[in-house]
Amino acid sequence: MAPLLQATGLEVHYGPVEAVRGVDFEIGEGEIVVFLGANGAGKSSTLNALVGLVPVQAGTVQFADSDITKARAETLTPAGLTLVPEGRRVFGTLSVAENLLMGAYGIRDKAQVAAAWDRVYTLFPILHERRGQFAGTLSGGQQQMLAIGRALMSNPKLLLLDEPSLGLAPKIVEQVFDLIVTLRDQGVTLGVVEQNAMQSLAIADRGYIFAGGRIVGSGSAQDLGESSLLSGAYLDA
Amino acid sequence: MDLFLQQTVNAISLGGTYALLALGLAVVFSIMGLINFAHGELMTIAGYVLMFCGLAGMPFVLSILLAVSASVVAAVLMERIAFRPVRNASGATLLVTSFAVSMVLQVLFQNLISVRSQPVLLPQILSESVRIGGFVIGVNKILAIVATVVMLIFLDWFMKRQKAGIAMRAAAEDFAVARLMGIRANTVIAGAFALSGLLAGVAAVLWVSQRASVDPLMGFMPVLKAFIAAILGGLGSLRGAVAGGFLLGFIEIYLAAFLPPEWQEFRDPIGLALVVAVLLIRPNGLIPAPALKAQKV
Ligand SMILES: Nc1ncnc2c1ncn2[C@@H]1O[C@H](COP(=O)(O)OP(=O)(O)OP(=O)(O)O)[C@@H](O)[C@H]1O
Ligand SMILES: [Mg+2]
Repeated sequence: MAPLLQATGLEVHYGPVEAVRGVDFEIGEGEIVVFLGANGAGKSSTLNALVGLVPVQAGTVQFADSDITKARAETLTPAGLTLVPEGRRVFGTLSVAENLLMGAYGIRDKAQVAAAWDRVYTLFPILHERRGQFAGTLSGGQQQMLAIGRALMSNPKLLLLDEPSLGLAPKIVEQVFDLIVTLRDQGVTLGVVEQNAMQSLAIADRGYIFAGGRIVGSGSAQDLGESSLLSGAYLDA
Repeated sequence: MDLFLQQTVNAISLGGTYALLALGLAVVFSIMGLINFAHGELMTIAGYVLMFCGLAGMPFVLSILLAVSASVVAAVLMERIAFRPVRNASGATLLVTSFAVSMVLQVLFQNLISVRSQPVLLPQILSESVRIGGFVIGVNKILAIVATVVMLIFLDWFMKRQKAGIAMRAAAEDFAVARLMGIRANTVIAGAFALSGLLAGVAAVLWVSQRASVDPLMGFMPVLKAFIAAILGGLGSLRGAVAGGFLLGFIEIYLAAFLPPEWQEFRDPIGLALVVAVLLIRPNGLIPAPALKAQKV
């Protein structure tokens, strides 16, 4: 069976800056795949290109057997592919409930949206408690829950998370990683960019290591955890 | 005291019109970072539709509907034809484009209709007045206040209770993430322009009801004032636009009414000095917009 997502020769440029220089990777259904690498290695650019937030310069992206290389960001969430962007980016001037409502914006199936509300409020009781509060007034950890909850409102097949543990206290980071496993058990496929290499490899199936816009290593989570590539990737940048 | 109440009614009426115009500017600015100086021409278009409908002897209510619809359609077309091609350009490019649109429309009005001011036939009732308690209020003033209140309630409901309105607020805060949610850039921007056209159309009806005439430059002054009001309130902030509009209305009317005659000549500079004073105390306006992430489409 073809993987759920497959990127081939993916390149992302910002003017003269070549942020991603031809990477190949895949995410299979039901997997947790982590993308590791130093600051500026091109991880966020890669995820943003997958969801159409930045244009793909060269290469192709296949998702669920269709070519989404040139797809517009607006069309991908309804198709089952969404991203929790780096830095959470909740709508601070909208209430918690309004943020979640926006997460389901492109979904027409009413029953599916109703089920999504239940699922998100069950996973995150705190969001239900705070549903009327402005998202900007939530704590960092709660905002991360909201950002993930908002993404789950569209009932994604593949959920991409860009540094979900960034800036969170160790205890909350643990909760986030537990949540990723819970979601996978519920049938969501996950692609996760992380700085916490060891912690994220502990829950992942496979991983890719980015350096200077290229993939310099890949393999099972266990192999990567034991490899010397990892320290190299973080030191070289 | 009576004079004071009378002038307060005038101030609410004028301030309300400024508030509607400033809101129209703010809605578009908050979404795409464009200060649309051609907003005034939307008013003028609505004004001319009122004039033609009056000449055709149409019932006034129908004229209002047509005038406001014309302004909405013109706003959407303006976005489609003039602003969409430069959507991702710099703020300066957008501003210059809006000036160009404004001038093209003014020249069209001058050549196709008339350089001179044209009378607009209004129903008799608008120029009458009613006694409430001790003082007399013009029917047109009452209608202006009622229309403003209705529009503000409608807008508040739309922005808070309607999915499309919430999506506009979301897009104003972070356009990229809004798109990620499946919110279409074209739809949100067209919606913002339609809303600004609606607000300009209603403001035009109120403006013309007080003056019974329309000319090619009709929209220029009120929209300049609305621009000042929007900055006074906090550019891009919807609540700020309303607050700024009313404050400017009060400043203008009270200065006109209570400034000693020998000072009247300096009324406008004094008014603007007051605006500057407010901005010195609150540089981001009365109710600043939440820090815009300035994420463009
Ligand atoms: N919008 C942009 N315009 C220009 N250059 C950019 C832009 N975004 C990223 N870059 C550059 O592209 C390169 C890759 O950045 P990217 O954000 O993808 O890295 P990253 O691996 O996610 O890093 P981090 O771990 O710091 O988030 C960097 O050199 C960065 O400076
Ligand atoms: Mg990044």
